[in-house]
Amino acid sequence: MKKLSAFLKHSYLGLVLLFMYAPIFILILFSFTDSRTMSKWQGWSFGAYEKLFAERAVWVAVQNSITIAIIAAVVATIMGTFAAIGIHSMKKRNRMLVENVTQLPMVNPDLVTGISFMLLFTAIGFTSGYLRMLIAHITFNLPYVIFSVMPRLRQSSNRLYEAAMDLGCTPMIALTKVVIPDIMPGIISGFILAFTLSIDDFVISWFAADGVPNISIYVYSIARRGIPSHINALSALMFVVVATLLVIVNLRSIKQEKEAEVQARKLRSK
Amino acid sequence: MESNHLIELENITKEYSGDKALDNINLYIRNGEFLTLLGPSGCGKTTMLRIIAGFTMPSEGKVYMDDKEVTHVPPYKRRVNTVFQKYALFMHLNVFDNVAFGLKLKKMSKKEITNRVENILELVNLKGYEKRWVEQLSGGQQQRVAIARALVNDPEVLLLDEPLSALDKKLRKGMQVELKRMQQAVGITFIYVTHDQEEALTMSDTIVVMNEGKIQQIGTPADIYNEPKNQFVAQFIGESNIIEGIMLQDYMVSFKGNVYECVDKGFERNELVDLVIRPEDVDIVPLGSAPLSGVITNVIFMGVHYAITVNCNEFSLMVHTTDLVPVGEHVSVQILPDAIHVMKKPKEVSEFEIVMDEEKE
Repeated sequence: MKKLSAFLKHSYLGLVLLFMYAPIFILILFSFTDSRTMSKWQGWSFGAYEKLFAERAVWVAVQNSITIAIIAAVVATIMGTFAAIGIHSMKKRNRMLVENVTQLPMVNPDLVTGISFMLLFTAIGFTSGYLRMLIAHITFNLPYVIFSVMPRLRQSSNRLYEAAMDLGCTPMIALTKVVIPDIMPGIISGFILAFTLSIDDFVISWFAADGVPNISIYVYSIARRGIPSHINALSALMFVVVATLLVIVNLRSIKQEKEAEVQARKLRSK
Repeated sequence: MESNHLIELENITKEYSGDKALDNINLYIRNGEFLTLLGPSGCGKTTMLRIIAGFTMPSEGKVYMDDKEVTHVPPYKRRVNTVFQKYALFMHLNVFDNVAFGLKLKKMSKKEITNRVENILELVNLKGYEKRWVEQLSGGQQQRVAIARALVNDPEVLLLDEPLSALDKKLRKGMQVELKRMQQAVGITFIYVTHDQEEALTMSDTIVVMNEGKIQQIGTPADIYNEPKNQFVAQFIGESNIIEGIMLQDYMVSFKGNVYECVDKGFERNELVDLVIRPEDVDIVPLGSAPLSGVITNVIFMGVHYAITVNCNEFSLMVHTTDLVPVGEHVSVQILPDAIHVMKKPKEVSEFEIVMDEEKE
């Protein structure tokens, strides 16, 4: 009994991690073998990667995904931040109302959002697939940006804005020099959220874009005939890129925390 | 208008959805004085400060600064700077950039900015802290940064909104002395908001006592303490015994069945009045050596003195004395003429006085 509990104690976290990461490791593993189906291991090979880099259609999709994610995240972050500042300065009852209305699309099923975009674009005769996808992405990102910026605004004191004006800022300069830097962590997490959601999206893009592929649409369309090995390679690469970014971000914040601690200790010892 | 009136408030009223936060305020502030707005929370003192700073517009009335009307001038065009209650420092900037914030907006040369920031940091005893982040500073240090950030802009008036309320008692005492020193060093007008009467008495040249949106009394700390104009001021500033009495004639007042000499005059014959007797002005003497007698019901040790309650039939008198007298002892209480301060009864009965009367019973 004791042994069992000790075993569980030490292995529980390991099991959870294994559970979470096993599929991805299998995927990465199978990206290094060249087989038409994923069921059989056929020895080490970079064939999948060679095929991946030779396949032009993949890179069109990747380019679409990345440019749309960046543009949509930037535009949604700017629009959402100003919207949040506006909502924050409203009187209480209006603020609650508008805030709830802006949060509603987050719980709306993607399918509904996607189909309504399709109908809207068709109805007004807007045909550019790329722009359709971009506009759809900006729109579904907006509530998430507002959602990440609002709590930060609530924490921030109105006195900061007043202090800036007191020291000679016009309202606009007070906003850019004091209010926005103060809520920057919220803006950044809103941007990251928007970027991730956008690069991930399949359902809304599928209905809104009318034939222009992003990564997920491309993978879905060719996966219907069995998953070719270069898709494994693409997925593995995407995972590595995202994981690397995550590690860099985390290392940076750890470093900043350490610096702050060192400074604080210096201060105390004085 | 006299030329040394730096700021004048004329018939200022501020309403918030029907409630009057300020009710027809008239006040002038002289150049170079340390003026304190003192009152309980909700008395309108902070609203008044915000109107002077320009953050709040009055519903009625006018604000003058240097003989020019500034009622609707925005805060960034007023030569006034504010030290906020919770400092409102810019967390994304270090100490130097916080202090230099206003100067950079004025497009001063880098050298001049560095010079002025260094000087002001020296004044507030924060030399060597330029590169520190604000969140790494203690409460007292943040306080100094907030003062430096405001003072460095050379304002005509420095507004301070309960700046010491977040500090512990010992630090607060130290900062009171330092604030006064800074004010004398830079020689500009300070308008200071507080609910702490001790703070007000320590630092101010002039105290404005406020309650329920109205000015109760304006005067020097000594005036306010020794000659409170009404019950509210007497109760709010220091501790006091407030007793109803009858002014028999000039320099003679009667209360609780005894007649006393006093130093006040100018009342109607037999006018009903309120008397303020400060607990430290009363002496406990052996039984029979003064007309008023009673029994000691309570003794509290306060550090420097004892707070002793003497029950003299029907009413209790608070006495502060350094001599310990045991509970239960029968004593007499000596009240000398200059210990009695006579106030006119208020004409209208406000909510406050009703509460006070209930407490007395």
